[in-house]
Amino acid sequence: MKILKKLKPGWGLFPILVFLILWELIARINDTPLFPPFSEVIIEFYQLIASGVLGENFLSSLTRVLIGFSAGSIVGIITGTIMGWNKIVDRALNPIFNLFFPIPTLGWIPLLMLWIGINEMLPITLIFICAFFPVMFNTVTGIKNVDRNYIKAARSLGASDIKILFTVVMPLALPNIFTGLKLESGMAWRTIIAAEMVAIPTGIGALLMKAESLIRIDIIIVCLIVLAIMCLTFEKSFEWLENKITSNWRQHAGNNT
Amino acid sequence: MPAITLRNINNFACHDTNMDIEDGELLFILGPNGSGKTTLLNIIAGLVDYRGTVMFDGNSIDRIPANKREVGYLFQNLLLFPHMDVRTNIGYSLRMQKWSQNMIDNRVDELLNLMNIPHLALRYPGNLSGGEKQRVAMARALALSPKVLLMDEPMSSLDAQTAEHLRIELKQLQRQLGITSVYVTHDLSEAINMADRIAILNSGEISQVGTTEEIFFHPSNAAVMNYLGRPNILDCDACRTVGRGIMEADCRGLKIIVPHDGKSFNRIIIYPRDVYVSTSEPPGSQVNRFKGVITDIKTSESTVRLRFKVGENMIRTELTHQAFEEMGLSIDKEVFVTLSLRRIKIYESGETDMSPGIIYQNSER
Repeated sequence: MKILKKLKPGWGLFPILVFLILWELIARINDTPLFPPFSEVIIEFYQLIASGVLGENFLSSLTRVLIGFSAGSIVGIITGTIMGWNKIVDRALNPIFNLFFPIPTLGWIPLLMLWIGINEMLPITLIFICAFFPVMFNTVTGIKNVDRNYIKAARSLGASDIKILFTVVMPLALPNIFTGLKLESGMAWRTIIAAEMVAIPTGIGALLMKAESLIRIDIIIVCLIVLAIMCLTFEKSFEWLENKITSNWRQHAGNNT
Repeated sequence: MPAITLRNINNFACHDTNMDIEDGELLFILGPNGSGKTTLLNIIAGLVDYRGTVMFDGNSIDRIPANKREVGYLFQNLLLFPHMDVRTNIGYSLRMQKWSQNMIDNRVDELLNLMNIPHLALRYPGNLSGGEKQRVAMARALALSPKVLLMDEPMSSLDAQTAEHLRIELKQLQRQLGITSVYVTHDLSEAINMADRIAILNSGEISQVGTTEEIFFHPSNAAVMNYLGRPNILDCDACRTVGRGIMEADCRGLKIIVPHDGKSFNRIIIYPRDVYVSTSEPPGSQVNRFKGVITDIKTSESTVRLRFKVGENMIRTELTHQAFEEMGLSIDKEVFVTLSLRRIKIYESGETDMSPGIIYQNSER
């Protein structure tokens, strides 16, 4: 254990390296089109980029995720804030949201295909639904969890309700809001791939399905690698953003009153 | 005209509460837990609903919401905003009043200096000690120069030494600013040397309001006496310094060692629970140990109360039933009485001259 603690962070790459070497070796020994070696996948990766196929599909997936996710989380944060702040709104909306929340996002596809049709709005709407509910519920929890005494303190210091909401309650709810955002930013990618596999003819998911019908394992693996990188990037960037905003005060929040 | 007037205040915790708080005074509200002390402050601050009238300088403020009442409030757990640094916390109320950034900066600097904490300006509350938080919270409460300062057990989370130190500073600050202040506590010792007047609150009703003197020497009813626990108050004819922070008082012939530095005094206070009794001579130093004769024994549910004659002084103590029975005490029995050195308090405001006879007449029931 002591040795492990002394290792520099870069050493986390070591197991990945071992994994890639094993992959290459086993694939070379088992010479079958169903299991291409890592080097061939990388070559295919390069070719897909060079031909523009990967870029084009990646951009359509990325655009859908960005639009759907931003819209879903912004509306989620606003709705969640209003619900957390106002008991009447909370009581009115909570039952209906609770009813819709458990429906898996992909379960909406058949309904949305008929209502919206097969166009760009379909995946965007799906990502919207995927992001909205968890971000909204996390925001409600965050707002409700803020110690009511801080609100009293702010009020006695001359703050109006709306000022209290923006200067005290929302900042203190940020950690909860970020939990929702982090979780759902990765989930948005998982959802878009599934949606594109089922219903949309463009994007990384569609490319995956085409590769499957052509038995192009290398392309499939390239798509999965892209997917993994994007999930991780999105989750990590929200983690970074959260740290950037809240680390000043949260690192010592333990003994805070 | 009183700075704050409460008339027929009623709500879940207060029952027909009436009180006048004079301009510039430091009023202590004392009472057991659950007596409605904090609620009374919240009523003045407008943070809870109530029926009745609250007036500032004779004008009703019942219709003025909490955020416009211009009240400084030092909360029990201070409630510094954890996501703002010290500067931002202190300047919060100024920003709410839309002061210009320049004016805010100047005022915050002034407050940081007033509280001796310029070095903390950029720290976050999670990063401060208890005493430091206290100063920041005080600076924040004073930022808008409020007419009224409300304090809800502000020292309860501090260690005894820091609290003592801050109490002295707080009293000086209150004098210096001349701000009408209400200080809620259940700790009697806090009130003794700080209060201009004390109000005893019991189950939402004010049992008595008066100067420290009046409350101690003329408790108006059983509730007050019960609450105060009737301290022993000894008159001192002379006192002299015998060492650093140690003085010797001559109280009607008894030489009592007192932890005190500086000004001479003419009365000391010690609570019955801090007076120890034993039938045989205890080992160790002879400091504050005297021989006394039991003159009275009163039994209540939880304790046995004894009175001794020690020289010309009468001293009361409390014992558990068990201790009382083990020692086999009875009237006229001679015992050793020890006054706990660290528990002796100086009673500084001695303007009213009262003979011990009157004191005991009043504390007797």
